[in-house]
Amino acid sequence: MSVIRQAESLQPEGKTMKTTVSGGLVRRMLLATAAAVTLSPAGALAQDELNALVWCDHTDPALVEPFEKANNVKVNLKEYEGTGAAISIIEQSRPGDWDVLVIDAVDVPRAIDMEILGEMPADKLPLGDLFPEVRMEETTTKDGKVYAVTEKFGYNTISYDKTKVDPADMDDLSVIWSEKYKGRIALYDYYLPMVGLTGVGIGKKTADLTQDDLPAIKEKLFEMKKVARQVSDVVASQTALATGEVDIVVGGGEWLTAGLSAEKPDLDWTIPKQGALRWAQSIGVFKDSGKPDLALKFVQYIVSPEGQARLATSSCYWAMPANAKAGEHLTEQQKTALRWDRQPDYLKNSQLYPVADADMDAAMQDVWTEMLQQ
Amino acid sequence: MTATALERAERRKAWAFALPALLWTGFFFLVPFAYMAAISLWTRQGREIVATWTLDNYIAFFEKAHLFKGLVVSLEITAAVTVISVLLAYPLAWIIAERVPKKWQRFALVMAILPFWTSYVVRSYSWLLVLSKGGVVNQALLALGIIAEPLELSANRTGTIIGFVHFFVMLLTLTIYANLIQLSPNYRRAAADLGANAFQTFWHVVLPLTLPGIMVGAFLTFVLCIGDYITPQILGGNNELVLPQVIMLQLGRRADFPMAAALSLVLMVVVTLAYIACARWLKMERT
Repeated sequence: MSVIRQAESLQPEGKTMKTTVSGGLVRRMLLATAAAVTLSPAGALAQDELNALVWCDHTDPALVEPFEKANNVKVNLKEYEGTGAAISIIEQSRPGDWDVLVIDAVDVPRAIDMEILGEMPADKLPLGDLFPEVRMEETTTKDGKVYAVTEKFGYNTISYDKTKVDPADMDDLSVIWSEKYKGRIALYDYYLPMVGLTGVGIGKKTADLTQDDLPAIKEKLFEMKKVARQVSDVVASQTALATGEVDIVVGGGEWLTAGLSAEKPDLDWTIPKQGALRWAQSIGVFKDSGKPDLALKFVQYIVSPEGQARLATSSCYWAMPANAKAGEHLTEQQKTALRWDRQPDYLKNSQLYPVADADMDAAMQDVWTEMLQQ
Repeated sequence: MTATALERAERRKAWAFALPALLWTGFFFLVPFAYMAAISLWTRQGREIVATWTLDNYIAFFEKAHLFKGLVVSLEITAAVTVISVLLAYPLAWIIAERVPKKWQRFALVMAILPFWTSYVVRSYSWLLVLSKGGVVNQALLALGIIAEPLELSANRTGTIIGFVHFFVMLLTLTIYANLIQLSPNYRRAAADLGANAFQTFWHVVLPLTLPGIMVGAFLTFVLCIGDYITPQILGGNNELVLPQVIMLQLGRRADFPMAAALSLVLMVVVTLAYIACARWLKMERT
């Protein structure tokens, strides 16, 4: 597993930013500094820097280091969770502090409306190589201009231990509120996909969800809670499944189990007949970036087949690369873990997260909290 | 210099010494507290926080069962933890103070507080491994044939209480031990002279005299336990939420700072009431 180290770096504007850099990078930085002091005139070895606000999968040195080496650049990565946190960070920063943004695909329109993202030239991005279902032009473009590109996607569905449950049972979502696996289920503690997935389980499309649907969903969530052992975050859910505390994680998917496939081959995931939820993450360049060309180069690297394969199998979590050509750079074991060959069916049988206005969002959170307190 | 001038100079000196502490308290407690109290009267409307003056957040706390239940769960867990911790800590403190030779007492105390040296989060996760279905406790009981199925010791209230009790027993042991060793042996000798047996001496002499130590420790336990978020989050399995978890949900998921501020103030009121009760009891004990 890659070694990640936390370091504090001083931003050009004097703002202190917590960044995540690789151990190798730290060593190289020290060596480079020593060399610069002893051998060279000041500035002769100046290295470009790029500041990126990212999800944890981008902090894997195996992903970033090839780009850094090829371009003699240091990529400062700040990891965040949740678009709200990202917006808060951006609002506290000065224009130009950030160059690259990784963001939940459904939140790209919000970022465009807030004028956070800058336009990217469509002809310099491999948009035609993306799986058609994840191009998501309706969210990544505005007025014909490209502001972001989908880089990775996956599913909120069912992860399980195939030696402990009957895999055939996992083909029906109703198993998550049945008594058969009582006390052996973990529910992923994120209201948005879980409300959506429960809706899918009772035949409601995520795109059509309204507050009128919530009582029926709440009833099912309460039933799920009764048979669940725990409601837990990513780490706790993954740990519970890997250690045998639970045998099923509802809301999980390839992002929860594929990365463990080498060590825990019994862990698997599937999409039941009713369907599942699909998530996607996008990458774009900040409108106020002082290095738009370098930032675009980074985006191009990330969405290139090689970058995509590295991103898909990042040490933080695995998920499907958006670029279909990434398959050429993945091993058979990696493809099997990601269920590469099943993607055409899975893409057809999955729906995007519910897009909720503030009231609907608050109502969904109330329902989720009520379920937690049951 | 006249006496009045001398008094004035003394007062100025006293104020000069107190000023840094007053400024510190003002800037880092009173101002933030006032700000939080003000925010608790604002509301989140849509995705915006609106600076209106209303009691809506407090009304919602009492009206919405899932919010109010957070306080109920917190109080239930805190009460259980405080009682169990006192019952376990007292004998431990008594053994260290009375039965362990003087030269070993320091070592025994170090052993008692050893868990404090570990990160709180790491300690909670360690308990998860110990209490889980495949953990040490269940494996041992299964191997000994005492149980046929693993006990549910984690991802529920039992797990939360065990995690808390482990921590607070150590804290209470220190406060009760400090009280016990200050107790003059003459009290026990006098009781024995008057014909009291060991139990009567403990019940009528030692225990009442060490109650202040128990109360202080119990109050600290109450305050720290009711405000804790990590242990229930890790060991409780999110199967019920304590008030700090509900507050965290308002902050982390909804960005509803006004509601979080209101709930925090409710928590502060509960702690303040506990403090007043404790202080009055201690005052009564002294008079």
